[in-house]
Amino acid sequence: MKLPGDVDLRMAWAIFMRNATEYGNTWRINLLPNFFEPILYLVGMGLGLGYYLADGMEGQDYLAYIAPGLCAASAMNGASFETTYNMFVKMTFARLYDAYLSTPAQVQDIAFGELLWAVARALIYGVAFLIVIAAMTAAGYSLLSSPWALTMPLALALIGATFALIGEFFTSLIRQIDLYSYYYTLWLTPLFLFSGIFFPVSRFPYGETIAWFTPLYHAVRLCRGLCHGPLDSSHLVSAVWLSAVCAVLLYIVPIRLRSRFWQ
Amino acid sequence: MPAIEAKNLRKTYGALEAVRGIDFSVHRGECFGFLGPNGAGKTTTMRMIYRATPIGEGSLTILGLDVGVGTNDRAIKRRLGVVPQEYNLDERLSVRENLTVFGRFYGLRGGPAQTRIDRLLRFAALTDRSDTPVQHLSGGLKRRVQIARGLLGDPDILVLDEPTTGLDPAVRNALWQQLVELKRRDTTLVLTTHYMDEAEKLCDRLVIMDRGGIVAHGSPAELIAQHVTSHVVELHIESEAELESVRQRHASAVSRTARLAERLLLYTDRGEDIIQRVVHESPHVVATLRRSNLEDVFLEITGHGLEEAA
Repeated sequence: MKLPGDVDLRMAWAIFMRNATEYGNTWRINLLPNFFEPILYLVGMGLGLGYYLADGMEGQDYLAYIAPGLCAASAMNGASFETTYNMFVKMTFARLYDAYLSTPAQVQDIAFGELLWAVARALIYGVAFLIVIAAMTAAGYSLLSSPWALTMPLALALIGATFALIGEFFTSLIRQIDLYSYYYTLWLTPLFLFSGIFFPVSRFPYGETIAWFTPLYHAVRLCRGLCHGPLDSSHLVSAVWLSAVCAVLLYIVPIRLRSRFWQ
Repeated sequence: MPAIEAKNLRKTYGALEAVRGIDFSVHRGECFGFLGPNGAGKTTTMRMIYRATPIGEGSLTILGLDVGVGTNDRAIKRRLGVVPQEYNLDERLSVRENLTVFGRFYGLRGGPAQTRIDRLLRFAALTDRSDTPVQHLSGGLKRRVQIARGLLGDPDILVLDEPTTGLDPAVRNALWQQLVELKRRDTTLVLTTHYMDEAEKLCDRLVIMDRGGIVAHGSPAELIAQHVTSHVVELHIESEAELESVRQRHASAVSRTARLAERLLLYTDRGEDIIQRVVHESPHVVATLRRSNLEDVFLEITGHGLEEAA
């Protein structure tokens, strides 16, 4: 089956299944940390720091305030790791993409297959987080208060796709693996701190305006809306914003990758 | 229709002319070789064939499909099997997992896929290694996995780039057996090598490449008959002065002399006579008489040895 841009879904699926096979061999080791991460953040920031914030944040209990954003960030991290370090290693050191390309697969199939897998990883991270949040809600913490929370996996997939494609784009540009420290330190870390997970970005002059142009801000806003409501047009705007970024990168990334392999 | 046909095929990387206008035609069912030293343009030619790189100028047709039409690439690759020079297996997966993963690119899945993989594992003598992670295999075994992987799509043409480089002689022999077996089943084989014995043993026809061009073509026997005498007397002489004096003493009696490091080569159709003369006149020199081979052809045409860089 063909998608626009001459993506052959069977080829993309083969690449997805390669990654799933590798993960299948190690998932017992890999899955557990996905649950520790949310617990550490929720206990450390939510219950620890939150204890000193008696009025909560924006009229909400601090733990409930940060939970949706942290969930979005875990999807971001899951997808990012797959399309940065993992993709770079497969592409350069392991020469796996050369092997894929000597089969009927083409570059755009690889880009799409890696995207699908990164979304799957984002969902594994994000849903693990969601399960912890739901368990705490059941224990009386009220971290989920809207029925729309059931649609969170869809939002996490969209967030995963966005960051997977941004990662693929960066990966298509660099020749040295060391450059990812810039990607993490000067891109993902600032996003994590200044996208409204821990405090409203309006705290800084033009904070809201600047943040509007960055992806995690929209991811956090969307997740917060779905977890706590009420939903309004701003959440729709965020979903469209993320989808638009995906569409643009779906177009650009295969071109960039192709120029790297096809010379 | 030939399996592969190239006309005035060229490829440059920046200022480097890797392939300088070559013509060749590979027939179906034959083993066709590209013999030449490192840097001769063999790998670039292979990469153009298996669609890893665009062609520069000229034309290249594979199984009747013009590579100049970009949309043919998937169809071409569907019918090719590729065994590249470097090991690019999935090191973290087992042998069977590698083949299962790559089988999906050829539409192989489920039970039929495993049946086919079992057959390929038997062919490559890997059945007892099927669950071993590839990273624990030796170079020779990895190469066999690569060959099995290259055969997953039941290709019309199997392209092998330096398949035995870096392998020990026993392993090379085993691989040759498998390639001969494939040829018997009418798989077209295209291979590059810088080992003349490999080319001689496997190839029905071959081209000799040097510095991006084709300098000779034909069957191994034709090339030898056309370019060199039937026999070579090979002398190992360490001393430069003595080598020169031996050369001068016998030069007029043989067709041609050549030097490769500390070896002196005397080309002649009267091998028995010449070696007796040499042994008689220079009893302490180690002399061997052998039939001429493709390395002699290469040396004759290019003036330098196969193992030397161009």
